[in-house]
Amino acid sequence: MSKTTREIEIKDTASRSSELEGYQQTTDDLVGEKLVLNMGPSHPATHGVLRLVLEMDGEVITKADPDIGFLHRGDEKIAENMQYNQFVPYTDRLDYLAPLANNVAYACAVEKLMGWELPARGQAIRTICCEMSRISAHLLGLGAYAMDVGAMTVFLYTFTQRETVYNLCEQLTGARFTTSYTRVGGQIRDLPEGFTDSLLKFCDELLACLDEVETLLNRNKIFLDRTRDVGVISKEDAIAWGLSGPNLRGSGVDHDVRKANPYLDYERYDFEIPVGSVGDSYDRYLVRMEEMKQSTSILKQAVAGLPDGPINVADCKERLPEKERVLMSMEELIHHFILVTEGLDAPAGEVYFGAENPKGELGFYIHSKGGGVPYRLKIRAPSFVNLSILSKLLPGSMMSDSVSILGSLDFVMGECDR
Amino acid sequence: MDWQIIIAAAIKVVVFVFLTTLPLVAMSVWAERRVSAAMQDRVGPNRVGPFGLLQAVADGIKFLLKEDFTPDHVRKGYFWLAPALTMVPALLTCAVLPFGSQLFGEKMVIADLDVGPLFVFAIASLTVYGIVLAGWSSNSKYPFLGGIRATSQMISYEISLGLSVVPLVMIYGELNLGNIVMQQAQNGWALLPLWGEGLSVKGFLLAIPLFISFIIFTVSMFAETNRLPFDLPECETELVAGYHTEYSSMKFALFFLGEYAAMIIGSGLAVTLFFGGWSLPFGWLTPESADAEVPLWVGAVHIGTFFAKVIAFILFFIVVRWTLPRFRYDQLMRLGWVFFFEIALFNVVLTALLLWGLA
Repeated sequence: MSKTTREIEIKDTASRSSELEGYQQTTDDLVGEKLVLNMGPSHPATHGVLRLVLEMDGEVITKADPDIGFLHRGDEKIAENMQYNQFVPYTDRLDYLAPLANNVAYACAVEKLMGWELPARGQAIRTICCEMSRISAHLLGLGAYAMDVGAMTVFLYTFTQRETVYNLCEQLTGARFTTSYTRVGGQIRDLPEGFTDSLLKFCDELLACLDEVETLLNRNKIFLDRTRDVGVISKEDAIAWGLSGPNLRGSGVDHDVRKANPYLDYERYDFEIPVGSVGDSYDRYLVRMEEMKQSTSILKQAVAGLPDGPINVADCKERLPEKERVLMSMEELIHHFILVTEGLDAPAGEVYFGAENPKGELGFYIHSKGGGVPYRLKIRAPSFVNLSILSKLLPGSMMSDSVSILGSLDFVMGECDR
Repeated sequence: MDWQIIIAAAIKVVVFVFLTTLPLVAMSVWAERRVSAAMQDRVGPNRVGPFGLLQAVADGIKFLLKEDFTPDHVRKGYFWLAPALTMVPALLTCAVLPFGSQLFGEKMVIADLDVGPLFVFAIASLTVYGIVLAGWSSNSKYPFLGGIRATSQMISYEISLGLSVVPLVMIYGELNLGNIVMQQAQNGWALLPLWGEGLSVKGFLLAIPLFISFIIFTVSMFAETNRLPFDLPECETELVAGYHTEYSSMKFALFFLGEYAAMIIGSGLAVTLFFGGWSLPFGWLTPESADAEVPLWVGAVHIGTFFAKVIAFILFFIVVRWTLPRFRYDQLMRLGWVFFFEIALFNVVLTALLLWGLA
């Protein structure tokens, strides 16, 4: 049996130059060579481990090749080997700038599979979690974006506010970063005492801080020059590339899962969906800015109309019982034992649940064959989808624009690589 | 007689350059960190010495003790030369700056050259070689891009920098910085003609081109010193660290200090040209002529005034840096060539017309 070997052409810089030298001998013209620049995976502007292979003609990018996967941990495969509740801590590490929102989205997805509906107070608490993490994620996205275009001070202003959000998270869940707050059928604990007061206080402080940031950036000529008409995504492109979240709305598409397909108790609240007009970096910045203000409004409404009552689904055998009752009563002890060892008894079937996360639509697609473990768990990560447009967006712009575009897309590699 | 001049010059070099400017460089690093911290609701370095004042010393020791690493792929000779080439010209330009009137009957300027601004621009333009060489000899892509940016930026803005001083030279009819300061001390500062001969229609009219000059000069100075909003050659979020990406230890520190030294000299030059150098406003304590005897304490006050003005200017540099975002390469070049270059040319013509009309 004869074997043939195929030549695979891999052009690196060295072979390009040697090829060019050969070509140069055949012609009298001066032949230029494009610069291949390896941006990332550890580069200050790529916010994590995104690698971009940029082909550049001087300062202008002619080709961009995003390379992802440096933070791949196989979360989807891990999910197949553990019970539904055990996967909650893994969701913290998806979009690690908004762990609470991920917890909520995941719990909602499994509850959709189970066919459960949370009591009103539980839903309101989850809404508070989602909006808090939206503010926190946007604050970081905004600060990092401003830092990328050179306005370092904004970054520290927004970080000061984020610190307050973390303190609130700590009050609520006991952890600042890896919150793991929800369980299938509820959350681990109710709002602590004094939480709503500190939340309202934070809302006011945040609005003052946002005013300050807007003074620094909104009408700043240099900031406008750097962001206006940079990285323009048309309405059609945004839809064709499946963008979601502020990136989609920045391009003028009025789509927000919270309005289009309300989950939790979002239809209870009165809020606007900000939409851009041009689809450039500046529009995306404005959309995020406005979303934070809308989130504070939702938070205030949620606190004002916070219902009383239970926070978890009505007592049933499938949700983890409260710890005190496990210790006091035989029946709960048995439930607890069964739930921890065998897991909940999910029905067979397939569900998809999409939640409006800070970065876009975070979807969990669960394929269950019954039992306590999913057969397949697919995560639709908004950052992954949003990044796919890079190879179309970057060519033609300048090196400095790439930083501005990356910042305005506001991605998180933990979620993209999963 | 010769050796007396040499000794006097040597003392002035030691006192002005090594005992004043270099510590001022260290202090401005500290000031930058403290001021930026105050602007950003942080504390800033406050552990080393009172108010963290010795932080610069600690940083210096750290830089000296770090491994002086030279990567394999660099052009060694140029790689070593580059940091020195950025630091030395910055310090050389100290030579012509009058930092005081007189002390012990000795003019407080190291070299009383009759071509002060020309000397400063000639020497300052050498700084670009350091940055170009650093970018090129590093033999690496990010520094290379930084080097290219730096070259085009500094060459472009040098032109408007030079042109912005022309109206001033035309008005004072003088290229000796000491005499320029003397004229300002007696007849009102360039931007504050409120006493002496300056307090006249002519003085006010001439302040217009001088003010335009000052704006162009200041912006170009920002560009020349590679500071935000013009820090494209470094641009830490795009080019990692720009031309000094491959540098470490004291070689990096030299670039770092060179930038601050350039900033101090730039401030010194701006103060000398536009804010009356060492002189106090409204002709207070101004000697009657350049050769008149000046009491010791007045001389000391003059030196203090000069440095107070320089420090105020440095604080302005710092505040701007922590407020503004950074330009894009093409925007920066357009700004330099389309706006400032042409305004500077127009300004020269305006000055000429004003001088002709007022004569």
